[in-house]
Amino acid sequence: MLRVLLALLPGIAAYVWFFGAAILVQIALASVTALAAEAVMLKLRGKPLMMYLGDGSALVTAWLVALTFPPIAPWWLTVIGVLAAIVIAKHLYGGLGQNPFNPAMVAFALMIVAYPSLMSQWPAAGFTEFTPQLNAIFGARQLDAITMATPLDALRTALHTADARATVAGVLGSNATFGNIGGKGWEWVAAGYFLGGLYLLQQRIITWHMPVAFLATLLLVSGGFALFDGTRFVGPSFHLFTGGAMLGAFFIVTDPVSGCTTPRGKLFFAAGIALLTWIIRTFGAYPDGIAFAVLLMNIAAPLIDMYTQPPVFGHKVKRGDSR
Amino acid sequence: MSALQRLFKFNGGVKPAYNKDASTGLPIAVAPMPKQLVIPLHQSIGGPPRPLVVAGERVLKGQRIGGADGNVSSAVHASTSGTVLAVEMRLMPHTSGLSAMCVVIEPDGRDEWIPRQAFDYRNATPAQSREYLRDAGVVGLGGAVFPSHLKLNAGKTGKLDSLVLNGAECEPFITCDDVLMRERPKALIDGAVIMREMLCAGEVLIGIEDNKPEAIAAMEAAAAVANAAAGEEIYKVVSVPTRYPAGGAKQLIRVLTGIEVPHGERSTDYGVQCFNVGTAYAIYEAIALGQPLISRIVTVAGNVGQARNYEVLFGTPMKDLTALCGPLPDSDRIIMGGPMMGFLMPGDEVPVVKATNCVLVGSRALFPPPPPEMPCIRCGECAKACPSDLQPFEMYWFSRAKIFGKAQEYHLFDCIECGCCAYVCPSRIPLVDYYRFAKSEIWARETDKEAADVARERYEFRLLREEREKQEKAAKLAAKTAAGREKAAAALAEAEKPATTPEEEAKHALISAALERARAQKEQAHPENTVDLTPEQQAEIAAIEARRAEIREMAKPHVRQDD
Repeated sequence: MLRVLLALLPGIAAYVWFFGAAILVQIALASVTALAAEAVMLKLRGKPLMMYLGDGSALVTAWLVALTFPPIAPWWLTVIGVLAAIVIAKHLYGGLGQNPFNPAMVAFALMIVAYPSLMSQWPAAGFTEFTPQLNAIFGARQLDAITMATPLDALRTALHTADARATVAGVLGSNATFGNIGGKGWEWVAAGYFLGGLYLLQQRIITWHMPVAFLATLLLVSGGFALFDGTRFVGPSFHLFTGGAMLGAFFIVTDPVSGCTTPRGKLFFAAGIALLTWIIRTFGAYPDGIAFAVLLMNIAAPLIDMYTQPPVFGHKVKRGDSR
Repeated sequence: MSALQRLFKFNGGVKPAYNKDASTGLPIAVAPMPKQLVIPLHQSIGGPPRPLVVAGERVLKGQRIGGADGNVSSAVHASTSGTVLAVEMRLMPHTSGLSAMCVVIEPDGRDEWIPRQAFDYRNATPAQSREYLRDAGVVGLGGAVFPSHLKLNAGKTGKLDSLVLNGAECEPFITCDDVLMRERPKALIDGAVIMREMLCAGEVLIGIEDNKPEAIAAMEAAAAVANAAAGEEIYKVVSVPTRYPAGGAKQLIRVLTGIEVPHGERSTDYGVQCFNVGTAYAIYEAIALGQPLISRIVTVAGNVGQARNYEVLFGTPMKDLTALCGPLPDSDRIIMGGPMMGFLMPGDEVPVVKATNCVLVGSRALFPPPPPEMPCIRCGECAKACPSDLQPFEMYWFSRAKIFGKAQEYHLFDCIECGCCAYVCPSRIPLVDYYRFAKSEIWARETDKEAADVARERYEFRLLREEREKQEKAAKLAAKTAAGREKAAAALAEAEKPATTPEEEAKHALISAALERARAQKEQAHPENTVDLTPEQQAEIAAIEARRAEIREMAKPHVRQDD
């Protein structure tokens, strides 16, 4: 689990570079909350404290919550999110290994439904001044100067609400939110996560199945629709390098507990998330679709696992065929 | 020649530390005669042999002391000459700590053999040969101790493509097959010749892991001699990649022939049969020398001063054996078998049996207690390591939840208990323990169900029988009464309707009068206990009724409030 945290560092470094140190405050806040909540829940459940606290799973959840929430979200938003993840999504279902849903995504889904506006205020790229960010987190919220919608949100809002002549190319070119391939700054954060993901693959903490299936499906679906109508559907590079796509591909979709485990099952599972993500991003009302897509596929994971069991030794060929 | 053999792969597997070098440095030594031999009667799969000797009897070396119980069983012999001290329950070399019937022999030191003579299997029917091997006590020496005579059967087709000899020996620490192949390759190949003829097999593939170059060289030399004698390339020594559990019978068959034998099916139906190399040696001894199976090569290794392989008589206490190697002072346990699949022994006095390929001395330092078990996070490492391509984590979840039906649906019984899954588990879950638990529970339930089925059938049959007997009785009775009636009618007819006598009429009158009286009494009906009461009693009743009414009145408002 500690290696997972290590793998998140390049992405976090890019995050700090482009969006300021606020994210570090959020990560610290989430970590402390998660460890405290974990300790209390373990105590209540009569489990050995140090053994479970030391496994690092609460920290991974905390970091993922912090990284998926806006860095300038008020402190209580992060705290409640982490509490929901640890207390409700994890321990009330039986603790480590027993949760059917991805805890970090439960937190995200819960908070974006409960506080949609707070969850949609993201800092503008390049605005890295620490004091106003700290104010945003802990007190006086004077946000107008430093916030803007996420690239995904901005694109959809522009395409949906502006006059019918708005095109992808027009929107992307007109707004400072957008960078060369994805969201401004976000593309570098995504690259950082990609780097960390490669490390996880190299360390054999995750297998190739889920990231490849997720990214390939997102690429194919968005690419197909962009080819079909490039003025209404944005292309794959944008999808892959904005929002939580890279973080999701390597760090969220790959959660072993709530996802599929068989090799073929992993492919179906991740592809399903990618498909749902694209649909929610393109036609839905929320800034990003990964959380809902993950939760929906979590429901399907046991079924997929059941139907994708690899053939058992000696059962691959029918009797008589082997000779 | 091994380079020409095309090899196949099995999925999964692990590469544990092998720790084999310590016990291969010295040649096989003969373990000294112990003071007492405790020979369990039940040393193989199948029915427990019945004792053929009683306390006080003198036995010879190689004399049968336990007779095979039916065909699925195997005989047991005295390991040396001496006196039977007792036939009694003794602690078994099994984790359970249970006892079983053993023959205790005090050696007389003369080591006097029974008359031995080679068995002419070429002029015997296959059934006779199999019976001979059964009575010679030859069982699989790889650890499963399955009676070998049952496997020396060519199956439906009547002949086999390949006879596989398993010299892979993939379990860490164990080197008994390795040294056997190094030191006695000729006898081993002679055993293979016999087995091949009995099975009508084509080629003989001897699979040896490539970490045993000396054994491979020795076997290749012996095989070359046999091939030269046969005039064709029949005996092939094949070096297989070192990867646990390459020595699993199904895994080795897969690696050497590409054939996957499904669980529950006979490999002979797929044209292949697999034996341990030690078994081939035992068959050679039994057939060519006329010596039943009374000893085997045992590796003594682990936490000892000098690990080594010994030729050990069955019934030798394990502590006698470990004493030869100088167990280190911190030794605290004895494991039969290797660290992956071995069993913890309940004590060091348990005897060496046919299944004992290794006596592994352990200590806390050598095998530190596993860190505490953590929850399963479904990471899937176990599935990657499983050589049977199972989903161990699913089997674990269902076994733990005691949903045994589901565990079986996930092919629990295809599990060979190799321990790869537990070896790689990052949560250190002793997975195999869960599977063994689930299997034994399922077996217990099946036994219970069978017993219940038998009882039910017996009960139903009893009901059926009782019903049938009842009907038969009734039919008999009916026949009897019918016959009686006819007889009576005939008698009546013979009497020619005699008039009723006056005495009879008086009797009838008496009876009808009595009936009349009874009817009248019945009509009077049962009198209630409230009639015919004294005035005092009536007054008492009235008082009681009044009190009751009062109480009811008092209770009313409370009831309302409660409403």
